[in-house]
Amino acid sequence: MDASLPHFALALPEISLAVGSLVLIVLGAVLGDRATSLINGLALALIALATALVIGAPVTTEPTFGGGFTADAFARFMKVLAYVSAFAALALSFDYMKRENFARYEYAILVVLSTLGMSLMVSASDLISLYLGLELQSLALYVIAAIHRDDIRSTEAGLKYFVLGALSSGMLLYGASLIYGTTGAVAFADIAETLKDGETSLGLVFGIVFLLAGFAFKISAVPFHMWTPDVYEGAPTPITAFFASATKVAGVAMFVRAVSEALPGVVTEWRQVVVFVAIASMALGSFAAIGQKNLKRLMAYSSIGHMGYVLVGLAAGTPEGVRGVAIYAAIYVAMTLGAFACILSMRVGDRYVESIDDLAGLSRTKPAMAFVLAMILFSLAGIPPLAGFFAKFYVFYAAVNAGLTTLAVIGFVLSVVGAFYYLRIVKIIYFDEPTVEFAPMTPAAKAVLTIAGGFTILYFVYPAPLTMAATAAAQSLF
Amino acid sequence: MTVSLEHYLVVAAILFTLGVFGIFLNRKNVIVILMSIELILLAVNINLVAFSTHMGDLTGQVFALFVLTVAAAEAAIGLAILVVYFRNRGTIAVEDINRMKG
Repeated sequence: MDASLPHFALALPEISLAVGSLVLIVLGAVLGDRATSLINGLALALIALATALVIGAPVTTEPTFGGGFTADAFARFMKVLAYVSAFAALALSFDYMKRENFARYEYAILVVLSTLGMSLMVSASDLISLYLGLELQSLALYVIAAIHRDDIRSTEAGLKYFVLGALSSGMLLYGASLIYGTTGAVAFADIAETLKDGETSLGLVFGIVFLLAGFAFKISAVPFHMWTPDVYEGAPTPITAFFASATKVAGVAMFVRAVSEALPGVVTEWRQVVVFVAIASMALGSFAAIGQKNLKRLMAYSSIGHMGYVLVGLAAGTPEGVRGVAIYAAIYVAMTLGAFACILSMRVGDRYVESIDDLAGLSRTKPAMAFVLAMILFSLAGIPPLAGFFAKFYVFYAAVNAGLTTLAVIGFVLSVVGAFYYLRIVKIIYFDEPTVEFAPMTPAAKAVLTIAGGFTILYFVYPAPLTMAATAAAQSLF
Repeated sequence: MTVSLEHYLVVAAILFTLGVFGIFLNRKNVIVILMSIELILLAVNINLVAFSTHMGDLTGQVFALFVLTVAAAEAAIGLAILVVYFRNRGTIAVEDINRMKG
């Protein structure tokens, strides 16, 4: 074990988030709730600073901090996605919190802390730092889910999220302890070294299954999805947007890094689990969403389905598959944030509504928003030439090339089934009679919707930068 | 009879199973769920320390210390959420946590 100092420059974004959040806490403790808007602005600036730092920071596949932290191209790609979604979700929150009367300075700080946790999850290259990053993220998220503390639904969402999140952390840890026991190592590189001849034991297989169950919980994949609809519906809408975008990115990144860096020698053991989880998630995401009336619940089932498609790319187990996962994550984040910017604009007077029927006749009352929302819904359904089509294309292509043709075909069929409920919303927007008129959009929602919608619609014009970044990200893991 | 690694692992596995069943079979009280979560984390700690001493490698014990710390934070946050929930609903029975369904 060498005793030299770790390479601090690699962790500069994380260090600045950590120090910045502590400064904000002190500021909040001294100034109290008067400082809410100041702290909100500073938190946004802090996340923007971290994004700039992560883009400018050096990348290396060599782990530092005793093997626990890797700042490679994959980490950079996923961190930028997580930071951007955290920034957008935070920007969308302020107006909502003021209107719903729960503006508190702690909220922005908790978002920064959970973003820091995500950042550590993405970069974690041993089991200890993975667990600590995950808990830093989760503990902040439990509190954020329940932050509207006078609202029954918000506190119930927080409670459910806490119980099931803690259970999943426990399962993940139990798996980690068995993997540590059978391989004698916690660093991903050392675990891979022990397992490189493909020999397995019962303890190791149990460990891998528990670890994957924990990951599946965190990205809300079937059969560990049951918390998702309730938490998404109950949590305040901008917080649901945060859950659906940033946390999913971080969970997927953690999942991908753990299996492709620590377990490449035992692909057959984890692949069957991932394939099963992928098929089950795609199927549930397609069928269970059909009967939903609440838009946030529908988005929950939609995100379960999308996680299934992401796992198709991971099941391939190739650099091509990971590239597909990275592209999917980027496009998914854009579509989700766009959809939530629309949900947050469904305000009648001072009351927020979230039922699908409230969208009736939106094309007549707000034609621009209706058009962009319809495009995002088409994209979520995977209709070309929108971005969502390419996302699915890359993961299915990788699966076919890895010999998983059946999986790709099942995924394709289920995405057609899933298109039904997205198209139903489009029908309601364009062909039903308007019942209510929404208040004007806030500037933040307008900005997020413009950028996310523009990306979704125009992605096919110039896909090269994203594809190249994703290719570089995938290469760094293999 | 000497106490071997297997004995520790069996105890940990039993504790873990009790914890998981405690969460899913309990219909009465959320506090019991919090206790079950602690049980799961303790099972993990027994596993880690048993492996660590068995292999003569300190990493497992370091991991166990981290798990202990996080478990304390987790319990604090869980109880805090439970308190706000109780203020709103006046009950912490598991079967009453059902405002959202579908």
